[in-house]
Amino acid sequence: MIAWLLRRIGQALLVVLAMTVIVFAGLHAIGSPIDILIGEDLNQQERLEAIAHLGLDQPLLQQYFSFLKNALQGDLGTSFVYNEPAITLILDRLPATLELAVGALAMAIVLGVPLGLYAGMKPDSPLSKILMSGSILGFSLPAFWVALMLIMVFSVQLGWMPSSGRGETRSLFGIEWSFLTLDGLHHLMLPAFNLALFKISLVLRLTRAGVREVLPQDFVKFARAKGLSESRVMCMHVLRNTLIPLVTVLGLELGSTIAYAVVTESIFAWPGAGKLILDSINSLDRPVVVAYLMVVVVIFVTLNLIVDLLYKLLDPRVRLEAAQ
Amino acid sequence: MSQVPVSPAAPATDTGRADAGRAYAGRVQSIWAQIAHDFLRSKPAVIGLVALLVVVLMALLAPFITPQNPYDLMQLDVLDARLPPGTASAEHGFTYWLGTDGQGRDLYSAIVYGLRISLLVGVGSAAIAAVVGTVIGLTAAYAGGKVDALIMRVVDLLLSFPTILMALMILAYMGKGIGNVILTLVLVEWAYYARTARGVHVFAAGLDQRLAARGQGLPQWRILLGHILPNCLPPLLVIAALQVARAITLEATLSFLGLGVPITEPSLGLLISNGYQYLLSNEYWISFFPGVALLLTIVAINLVGDQLRDVLNPRLQK
Repeated sequence: MIAWLLRRIGQALLVVLAMTVIVFAGLHAIGSPIDILIGEDLNQQERLEAIAHLGLDQPLLQQYFSFLKNALQGDLGTSFVYNEPAITLILDRLPATLELAVGALAMAIVLGVPLGLYAGMKPDSPLSKILMSGSILGFSLPAFWVALMLIMVFSVQLGWMPSSGRGETRSLFGIEWSFLTLDGLHHLMLPAFNLALFKISLVLRLTRAGVREVLPQDFVKFARAKGLSESRVMCMHVLRNTLIPLVTVLGLELGSTIAYAVVTESIFAWPGAGKLILDSINSLDRPVVVAYLMVVVVIFVTLNLIVDLLYKLLDPRVRLEAAQ
Repeated sequence: MSQVPVSPAAPATDTGRADAGRAYAGRVQSIWAQIAHDFLRSKPAVIGLVALLVVVLMALLAPFITPQNPYDLMQLDVLDARLPPGTASAEHGFTYWLGTDGQGRDLYSAIVYGLRISLLVGVGSAAIAAVVGTVIGLTAAYAGGKVDALIMRVVDLLLSFPTILMALMILAYMGKGIGNVILTLVLVEWAYYARTARGVHVFAAGLDQRLAARGQGLPQWRILLGHILPNCLPPLLVIAALQVARAITLEATLSFLGLGVPITEPSLGLLISNGYQYLLSNEYWISFFPGVALLLTIVAINLVGDQLRDVLNPRLQK
């Protein structure tokens, strides 16, 4: 188990390292940010000094190694635009994004699992058919368009929901959170639902597929033959076995939800990391783009690791295979 | 769809071999007829297919079925900007059934032309990605060993990475524009085809059919083209259908974020984005109708792709 864990962590570190190379090399394909940052009125001497100050005159390999060395110390460069450490900029905005992503995922589970259970138990009922068709709609709806329509209906027409911002926040562990206040929750509803729409469909379909796969198996028949109540069979036998793939997918989906929050955040003016990265791409603010990508990759790899670990803990069959 | 490039033993000199080839081809043909039959059994899928055909036809015939070329600035009238649906044009002698956008474009014309761009980008990128991915996937399976492991690691990494993030990264590196959007989509999507093609190859490599082909002394490339590739086609087709829908959505999203097509030739995503600023003053139609067109297209493709997957999945067949 420990050997497996160490090997797995080693792999994860390798992925992160590979990503630093890709991210770093790729960003050098963008035009030099110097022209944007330095005014026209600077003379050649001042220009060179500025380039040297930003470290842009070093050989590429040198720049990469100093980047890597600094990155290990938590320093991913200083934003050209904000003149603040890039990592601080990202980490300041990350809680807002995480809040949005976790909110969306929670919505997906709360709505998707029960609906999926129903659709799996009664695959031929009209409601199940509607749910399945509806889930195709959930996959198909372009998120940004849904966001606009949500704003149009609930903010403009009905006036029920606010269309932008985080609302009132409250501090917990030194970080501002929206979900701790009613006003904040109110602001969170629409963007979280927007982000959740795709996941609801996904969870629904996964749960349904899982239930349909588990139901005909012998241990379910046996549990029924033992005379267990239907609800106990569903919760203890069917749902538990369905949850295993669900945990895997949802763990990985949290990462992609954070990434897709870019779209939702830009529409709902949610002050998260996604909105920052869009602005930074447009203004060629290289350190912030690098910092964002690195933070997301680390989150991603960590989630992968946790999911793998959970999978081992949840599914005894995987544990057995590893032991052999 | 029923046309299948399967004639593994057509030019064979040995009569026995030719017979076997014909029997094999005949069996494959009947499989495809069976697929078509199964496909048509689902009502939503048939509706999706019909809707898809209508959308494609509209996009192809765009100049003949629209009253205005929305990309020709000479034909646009700024005085007609932001007219609600159903307003008659004062000068041009036709009615803006879906209203006009901020530049005075007839929205119906703009949507039909926008569909062209969306379909071009979606189908184009999916086709290129399919070829690239299949070649890489088959190469990996064929080469085996370290090459295989390396390619599949890259594929896994790509697949586990959120598409939008990859797209943002690549577009940030290479700049905006329709060519770069297609390139981005190809770079993001080839991995799906590669994995599928490799998986099927590994599966098909163990089949008696291939053993028989090898026993007959057929050259490797003939086995690959005649025996392995046909096995890959059904699953690749499913992936392709769903990937076209994904590509169209992603293109629209990127255009919406201002990273896609040029502003003078708006695709559906950009039309929606342009309408965003008028949404808050209740001029909903500029964003609404292009979105409906986008949605219909994607739903149609997904319905078809979904049914294809069910039909082609042997595990679900009774």
